Amino acid sequence: MIVIVDYGMGNLRSVEKAIASIGASSLISNDPDAISKADKLVIPGVGAFGDCMNNIRAYGIEDAVKQFIAKGRPTIGICVGMQMLFEGGDENPGVKGLGLMKGSVKGFDHEQLAGKGLKIPHMGWNTVKQGKKSFLFEGIKDKSYFYFVHSYYPAPLDDITIGTTDYGIDFTSVVQKDNVVATQFHPEKSQKNGLRLLSNFINYRG
Amino acid sequence: MLTKRIIPCLDIKDGRVVKGVKFIALRDAGDPADNAVVYDREGADEIVFLDITASSEHRSTLIDAVERTADAVFMPLTVGGGINELEDIKTLLRAGADKVSINTQAVLNPDFVKQASYRFGAQCIVVAIDAKRIPGPANGGKSGTWEVYIYGGRKATGIDAVEWSQKMEHAGAGEILLTSIDRDGTKSGYDIELTAEITKRVGIPVIASGGAGNMEHFYEGFVRGGADACLAASLFHFRELSIKELKEYLHNKGVAIRLV
Repeated sequence: MIVIVDYGMGNLRSVEKAIASIGASSLISNDPDAISKADKLVIPGVGAFGDCMNNIRAYGIEDAVKQFIAKGRPTIGICVGMQMLFEGGDENPGVKGLGLMKGSVKGFDHEQLAGKGLKIPHMGWNTVKQGKKSFLFEGIKDKSYFYFVHSYYPAPLDDITIGTTDYGIDFTSVVQKDNVVATQFHPEKSQKNGLRLLSNFINYRG
Repeated sequence: MLTKRIIPCLDIKDGRVVKGVKFIALRDAGDPADNAVVYDREGADEIVFLDITASSEHRSTLIDAVERTADAVFMPLTVGGGINELEDIKTLLRAGADKVSINTQAVLNPDFVKQASYRFGAQCIVVAIDAKRIPGPANGGKSGTWEVYIYGGRKATGIDAVEWSQKMEHAGAGEILLTSIDRDGTKSGYDIELTAEITKRVGIPVIASGGAGNMEHFYEGFVRGGADACLAASLFHFRELSIKELKEYLHNKGVAIRLV
């Protein structure tokens, strides 16, 4: 069973329906037991990094998620769900992330972006440059469009970046560490390309 | 490179799609989810639902329309109209909306946008501003000022639209949906002066709305108005212009556009 981690943040229905449209079924759950027994885990996330982390702790599912990923089980993090995999971030400096990937989450530089006429949040459709081959990109053309909405981006310390996006700077928009993948964009809101990416994850035999 | 967005807007009354001209004279034309599927296929970048249902007892029809739409299309959906409480936002987000658009309540309750942004995140809070140009003579001969209207364009507030947009940015709005009341339904083009004035003053994305009548109007909205997105309703709705055709036109004119 594919389990969508529910920790009281955001629009889980979209992710669930996107997975259903691919022909798979999923379970939205905040039960540590269901999370541990899942075949695959989806960690969505919208809102502030600190709120998401505080909620995942308040729901008592931090350990279950961490253990699942530590075992190398297939997991996808989406948007703030990606950011949470890192150690911490600029948005809420006092709040620790899950720390499963080395590095932190940085904020776009207002002045730097304003100088280039770019707004914050980075909102809309932008391209992903595929830096490395991955099962996640199967059947998706290089520089395809995906839907983004965020003001912070992950800065990994390890060599796990497989996709980058240009918004004033080239930032990491897709990471892969063995069976764990994550996207800064919303595949569930990215029409055809997004559904293909989710389908690649769903059908992945890791 | 981030692309400029083309956004079809569906006015919804009692769960059905309608489009008014200057906020009056409604024409019924179909099911919201079916319309959304067509726009999705044509390559719309987002969809906006604007609920114009007068009474709250028909609210469930909107929620149903949002749910069915979110189940059928996998693209960003913004829902506005009649949002008065934080609970309204929660219900819509749960139903599958990605963003909500707040208009009248932002004016009536100065803390509302701040609270909504804090609770749900700025990324899902759009502040809709309906602005009407103040005629020069009534304004000491000075042109280039606009007043914010609420209640679907029926009530003047005395608030300056440019100042209001900045105030809303500070309160935590993630985006501004800027409608020119003067241009709405006229097909004479966006109010470029208004759009340019506000895009210049805020650091968040601005959606131009009201007045699109042909492809060039979108070009002007992006290039001269500096809009991040351009919205239109009846133009797309009654098939006078296809989104696909429009996007090809803009792309050929050098505007950063996502072609599908």
